[in-house]
Amino acid sequence: MKGIVRKARVLLSVYYAQMVEYRAELVLWVLSGSLPLILMGIWMEAAQGGRFGLTPVVFARYFLTVFFVRQLSTVWVIWEFEKEVVEGKLSAKLLQPLDPVWHHVAAHLSERVARLPFSLLLVVLFFILYPQAFWLPSWSGFLLFVPAVTIAFALRFLIQYTFAMFAFWIERAAAIEQFWFLLYLFLSGIVAPLELFPDNVREVVLWTPFPYLIHFPAALLVGLPVDVGRGFLAMLGWFLVFFVWNRWLWRRGLKRYSGMGA
Amino acid sequence: MKRYLRVLGLFWSTAIAAEMEYRVNFVLAALSSVGNFIGSLFSLFLFYRTGYTFQGWSWEEALVVLGIFTLLQGFSSTFLVPNLNRIVRQVQEGTLDFVLLKPISSQFWLSTRSVSPWGIPDLLFGFVMIGYAGIRLGIGISGYFLSAIPLLFGIVSLYSLWFMLGATSIWFVKIYNVTEVLRGLLEAGRFPIVAYPTAYRFFFTFVIPVAFLTTVPAEAMLGRGEVGWVLGAGVLALGLLFASVGFWRFALRFYTSASS
Repeated sequence: MKGIVRKARVLLSVYYAQMVEYRAELVLWVLSGSLPLILMGIWMEAAQGGRFGLTPVVFARYFLTVFFVRQLSTVWVIWEFEKEVVEGKLSAKLLQPLDPVWHHVAAHLSERVARLPFSLLLVVLFFILYPQAFWLPSWSGFLLFVPAVTIAFALRFLIQYTFAMFAFWIERAAAIEQFWFLLYLFLSGIVAPLELFPDNVREVVLWTPFPYLIHFPAALLVGLPVDVGRGFLAMLGWFLVFFVWNRWLWRRGLKRYSGMGA
Repeated sequence: MKRYLRVLGLFWSTAIAAEMEYRVNFVLAALSSVGNFIGSLFSLFLFYRTGYTFQGWSWEEALVVLGIFTLLQGFSSTFLVPNLNRIVRQVQEGTLDFVLLKPISSQFWLSTRSVSPWGIPDLLFGFVMIGYAGIRLGIGISGYFLSAIPLLFGIVSLYSLWFMLGATSIWFVKIYNVTEVLRGLLEAGRFPIVAYPTAYRFFFTFVIPVAFLTTVPAEAMLGRGEVGWVLGAGVLALGLLFASVGFWRFALRFYTSASS
């Protein structure tokens, strides 16, 4: 146990130092997630007529939260992993008495901490520009949001890491992620809250992992009605599915792995 | 001029030959384009399904905008991404030296060296959308030609902005993702500019000229383009193009090779 804590602390502090070095880059990554803010404008304009059942202010809050959730749950492990496999750098990590995934987890977690001040700054700036949208989430909403967004990040990481395993078989595994990202973009609630989807589409989408990555945590914080139990159960279910698949691919993949210099 | 065309032919034939090594990826890119096509239609449909319309834009007219946006997406993944996003690597590894030594314009080399066929499915889908909407709306052949002019201006503006951002890597090697910020903002071009609140409209017309990229060409196609806007697009395009040439010359003065 003590060993684990020490390892975790070392990894996190090393990666944090590395992330802070790349502050300028981090700011740009924060800014490149501007899509929800663009859509916010267009939906607020559309909601003026009252046809969509949500008021412009709710749209503003929703998309601001979406922006924030995306900041907390961006994942890029597949590009790193693919590079490690293709260039054979994975070999060195396999020698360590530590599953290589923890390097990536630590990098992602510490990047979150390094990025947080910038994303919070943008949120504050938004409220200064548009004070009507300011709201205090209910305690229960906030207390549910924290675990929801944490699991959302974990699930997104796990899914992408599972796709990353395909790097053992194909050269550009990132292409899978690019395709998956499109589904994520259009079905997770980034382009519009799920409440606006046609009913039958929404029923289908609720069985996929996508809405739980963005819409579910955002809806909890904003206070839109969602089925809390079902949400957490769905996340857990998908987490298990991808976990089993991931470990299976990892074992099969390692047998195939013959990276450069291995 | 002739020499440049010959060089361009060589560049692109080698680039395509190299990309053909990854045929599976082309299939994946085509699949992604299909997904993108369906998703774009779906997100536009979410606005129109309740009977709401962007002020003065029917469903088919909004489709024209989306079609032009998809065309530009295809264009940028074919011509801009494979070249301009690589400038930073040239700077980082010092291989920019070799480019500068060649007896042709370095901006030309950096902007045209590579071409990637991955954007072709997007181009196709863009034409399909415009074609479908055009038939429904009865757009004549002159409409398409009229919109080609502002579209060309839009492409030039897009290239120049992208190139200037890429050129900043001479100073800031670490911000290779600065073009991603631009790409994120360009997403606003999916919808006609009147769909946005006033502040957004101002921003996307005068700060990041997204309006000139998709809305202005679409209006020209629909026969309600105004000469003023098209002229504005032309002035903007030429201005940005000259700015990009000047900016590159200026940036090069600060280039200190990584290898020496």
